[in-house]
Parts: sequence; C-alpha cells; structure tokens
Amino acid sequence: MTNLLNLFIGLAMGLNLLALASSRLPSVIRAAALQGMVLGILPLLLEHEFQWLVGVVAVGTIAVKGFVIPHLLRRALRAANIDREVKPLIAFVPSLLLGAAATIGAVALGGALPLQAGQAGSLLVPGSFATVVAGFLMLMGRAKAISQVCGYLILENGIYLFGLLLINSTPLLVEAGILLDLTVAVFVIGIIMDRIQKEFDSLDTNKLTTLRE
Amino acid sequence: MNELALIVVPLLLAGLAFFWPQERTRPWLLPVAGGLHVASSWWLLAFPSESMAGAWFGFDPVARAVLPMISLLFLVCSLYAVAYLKLRPERHNRLFVFALLVLLGSLSLAVQAQHLGLLWVAAEAATLMTVPLIHFNGTARAFEASWKYLLVGGTGIALSLLGSFCLGYASLNAGGNGDLTFHALAGQFVHLTGELASKSHPWLIAAWVLLLAGYGTKMGLAPMHTWKPDVYGEAPGMVGALLAGGTTTMAFVAVLRVKQVVDAAGDSEMTQRTLLAFGLFSMLVAALFLLGTPDFKRMLAYSSVEHMGILAVGAALGGLGTWAALFHVWTNSLTKGALFLSAGNIRRAAGGGNIKEVSGMAWCAPRSARLFVTGLFAITACPPFGPFFSELMVVRAAFARHANFTAAAFLGCLLIAFFGLTRLVFAIVDGRPHAAARATANHFRETAGVILPPLAFLGCSLWVGLATPALLSQAWSAAVNLLVLPP
Repeated sequence: MTNLLNLFIGLAMGLNLLALASSRLPSVIRAAALQGMVLGILPLLLEHEFQWLVGVVAVGTIAVKGFVIPHLLRRALRAANIDREVKPLIAFVPSLLLGAAATIGAVALGGALPLQAGQAGSLLVPGSFATVVAGFLMLMGRAKAISQVCGYLILENGIYLFGLLLINSTPLLVEAGILLDLTVAVFVIGIIMDRIQKEFDSLDTNKLTTLRE
Repeated sequence: MNELALIVVPLLLAGLAFFWPQERTRPWLLPVAGGLHVASSWWLLAFPSESMAGAWFGFDPVARAVLPMISLLFLVCSLYAVAYLKLRPERHNRLFVFALLVLLGSLSLAVQAQHLGLLWVAAEAATLMTVPLIHFNGTARAFEASWKYLLVGGTGIALSLLGSFCLGYASLNAGGNGDLTFHALAGQFVHLTGELASKSHPWLIAAWVLLLAGYGTKMGLAPMHTWKPDVYGEAPGMVGALLAGGTTTMAFVAVLRVKQVVDAAGDSEMTQRTLLAFGLFSMLVAALFLLGTPDFKRMLAYSSVEHMGILAVGAALGGLGTWAALFHVWTNSLTKGALFLSAGNIRRAAGGGNIKEVSGMAWCAPRSARLFVTGLFAITACPPFGPFFSELMVVRAAFARHANFTAAAFLGCLLIAFFGLTRLVFAIVDGRPHAAARATANHFRETAGVILPPLAFLGCSLWVGLATPALLSQAWSAAVNLLVLPP
C-alpha cells in the first residue's frame, strides 16, 4: 500500500515542478487540477476498509479541485484572452531550480522529523512541504492573477497532503468544513478576479499598484 | 443556550437580510442583531454559566473577557451603518448587510471555539466574509485592496491550517486520542516526559511558528501587516472599526489559546520571546511608517499595527502582562472605533484621504474633526482615556519582570508614533480648506447618526479606563488564570 501511496505522492511532487516550469497558463491550470485529483484519490488508499464518509470527501475533492475550479479558471482565461505568463517576478528557470531544491530539502527534513509507526516510509511529509513551497513560489513569483490562484491551489494541496497524516484521528466533520471553506475561498477569489478583469481590463496584477506608500 | 444564540441569531438574521425585499429598511436588521448580541453577551458576562468540559465551543473565561466588547463594538457600528447606508443609496446593501451579520456570527464562533479545527473554520469564514465589505465602494482601488487582502489573508489562513495540523500531529505523537480541544491538548502536554515528549516536541515547535505566523497575519503583526494599510484605507470607516477591533481581537484570542497549549509543554520561554520580538518589531515598524504615511486612513492602519504589537508585548510578559493585554483589547478597540467612524466622516466631507488634498477639516466638518482629534489623544495614551491606563499596565508588567529594555523600547516606539500621528492629524484638521473640499463639504451634513456613534465610543473608552467595572477586571483575571501557568 505504501508503495502505491508514494507513487501518487511522487506524481504530485512532479506536477509541482511542471507547474513551476511552464509559462503557458492552460498547462499550469492542468497541472494544478491533475494534482488535486491525484490527492483526492489518496484518502481511499489510506483506509483499509471503505467508509462512506471518506468516499464522499474523496469524490467531493476530485470534483471541486479537478473539474469545478479548473473550469472556472479556464473561463476567466478565455474572458481575459490571455495565454501566457509574460513577465514573472521570479523567472521560470530560477523558480524551477528553487522548487527542485525545496523538494530535496523537504525529503531531508521529512527524514529528521519523528513520525508515527506505520507512516515512517511514506512520502507524505516531504511531499507536503515541497508542495507548500512550490505553491508559495508561484503565489509570490507570478504576475497574472490566474497563476497566483493556481499557486494558492497548490499551496492548499500541500496542506491537504499533510492533513492526510491525521485522517484516522480527526473527525471528518472538520475535514468537510475545511473543504467547504476552501471551495468558498476559491469562488470569492474568482468573483474578485472577474471584477478586476472588468475594472482594469486585464488580469495582470502588476497593474495593481495604486496603493503604496 | 445563550452561547449558541450568540452565533445562531446573527446567522439567522443574515439569512433574513439576504431575502429582505426593501433596500431602505434592510440596514435596520444590523442594530437588531447588535442589540440582541449585546444583551446575550453581557448577560453571560454577569452570570457566567459553567462551560462543559470537552465541548467544542462555549462561553469560557477567555470568551467572557473579550466577546462583550465585540458585541458593543458591533452595536455602535451598526447604528452608524444605518446612517451611513442612507447616505449611500446608490450602492446595493444586500451583500453588505449579509456579510456584516455573518462576520458577527463567525467572530462569535471563533472567540468561543474550544476546538482547534473549529477555530480555524470560523476564522476562515470571518476572513472570507470581510472581502465583500472591503469592496463595498466598488472602485478600482477597493478591488486592488480586496485582491491583496485575499492573497495575504488567504496565505496566512493557510499557514494557520498547516500549523493546526502540526499541533494535531504533535498530540498524536504524544499518545493522544485525537481530542483537539484546547483543554485536552494543554492537559496532555503537561508533565510529558521521555520518548513521547521527544517525539512530539519538534512538531509542537513547528505548530507554534506556523500558527503564530498564520493568526499573526490576521492580527496584522509586522512583517505580515502588509494588507492592513490597503484595506483600512479603502474599506468604509465602520468596516475598518470592526476589522481593527473585532477580527484582530479574534486572532489575538487564537494566539493566546495556542500559546496556552505550547506553554503547557514547558516552552513558555520560547513563546514569550517570539511574541516579544514580533510585538516590539511591529511597534517599531508602525512607528516609522507613521512618520511618513500621507493618508489619514492608512495612518489608522499603522496605528492598529502598533497596538497589535502592544498586545503581543503584553502577552509576552506573563500573567500581569496578559491581564494588561486583555484590558488593552477593550480600550484600543473602542477608541479605534471612534477614530475610524470620525475618519469616515472626514473622508466623505473631504472627498479624499491624502494630506495634499485634505486640510482645514476643522472648518468643513467641525464636529467630526473635534472627535478625530480627541480620538487621536485617546489612542496615543493621553490620560484620562482608556489606552493610557492599559498601556501603563503593560509598562508596569515589564518593570515587574525587570524587563527594563522592553519597557524602554516600548515607550520609545509610543513616542515616535505620537509624533507621526499628531503630524498627520493636525495637517488635515488645521489650515485652509481646498476649494474642491468646500464644494463637497457643502453636501455633507453632520447628522446625529454619524456623530453620536463615535462619541459613544469615546465615552466607552473613558468609562473603561477611568471606572473599570469590577465585573470586567474579574473576567480578565479569570481568563488570565486559565491562560497563563503559574511560574
């Protein structure tokens, strides 16, 4: 089971690097969506027997992260008529290198932290840290609002991965609340993005510079 | 039952507001919610009920020490909101009223939450509900502020989720059974030794760092304060008052609750040092920015950063300091209310916020200008207003612990902030009004609806400082007894 789990987490870590390296926005959205779907499957692998609540959360995660949010982002992309990240604050190659370095660092750090018996061989902790850092890099280093939202999604994916360590002990009610909050968060972000698009006729956050000292 | 009503009544009224047909009468739902909220929370303040151990939320001593203030703040702001929304008939108020009421409900839930996960869910709901409030004016600048708030606030809230998970995992490693109420967590980490302690300790440290960064972002501690000037500058004045007094208080309560758990594990020295460093740094950054900022609503944001620093310094100074910090939560929030509401009036009369466009407000909006100047002296800790007494308590707590350097740095930052605040306030109040401002000021009437609420806040600030009710001091002492371990 651990091997299959680690395979999926490794896939998610690879998708981080793919998202960091690509300049075309549709492929960034695709990477984030695919990562969300991969992570949605994981709770089912962690459980030894099928529980319907875990199943519902998994299906909900896959539906929201894999289909609903990417659909909204693609619609925003079409409305704004953009395709590429033009002038990122951190260029693609440096951000890819930083992401790779973070992945190596996360594996080293994950080995140093004490884990519960039975989770020792899993990549959950390193995968989580690497994904959080990759999300941060995109959130800070990109100029287009859509890339920043993708960065936020990847950051949340990393936290979700960490949450899987606790899936046997925390009540699923809390997890469901968290999922609901995140969904609402992305919808709110989407609405604001829509308004910014109408107001500034662009989704380039470099234009949001009126408010400063 | 009352503690549940504090959460459910605002949410029910929010639902009602959403389907209320009339634009003109809808804002009156706000004072209704505020009145009911004040009645329930002050009733619970006077007659506290035994909170059940193991419950996920309840009106425990910490909630008792701060929630009555949030109710009062909301009530006065809601009365202002009725007058304010009447002045802005061109903007639809459905979403605004709805979001304000949901904000009140989620603040009540977050302050009362005894469960790590529930606290996070409520804090996130409060963050999201603030967004429609910020862009109420619908200008390009307001959208810019909303976007920055979403990115910085969303990242902060994500960090606090990661921190909550780390704390949960620390509890698992310490042999926990998955009970994530603060009471159970603190009880679990006390007297933990041997292998269990060494297995959980790294996770506990990680949890403290992430949760302090996450909830510190919501509080607006430097260097995570960057959203504050933009948001307070662009949001309507009453929203600023609720953010600076309500949302930040909720985040401070969250930090105190997490600190209680980490302290129980024997790390109180680390938590105090980090809080002290963040607090003094926030005060310094705010004081320096206050010397340079040209906009009087952004000035209030930096003043808020400074006062969050004071809260952090207070919480770092043990029992007496935490008591002073809870006192300061009251005095600061109520005084800030007066400042934000009068600043909103001045902004409307002047048609701008920049020092270059605004002057002579003592002529254009005399009553608001008087309130604003009085509020300035109150917030810079001039006696006899509340902040003077609470900041004095913080200094006394510092001397009681022989933290002379802390006290000196604290007073030095207050002095610089005083220079910065007076510079800006007198620049906009004194002098001759610009021609354009004369024209807008003619349309502006200082009605009772926009003058009495800030006046009420100043009265509350005087009252809490000069004649602190014994009930409140008892409530703060009870909260300190719960939160701070005896040395």
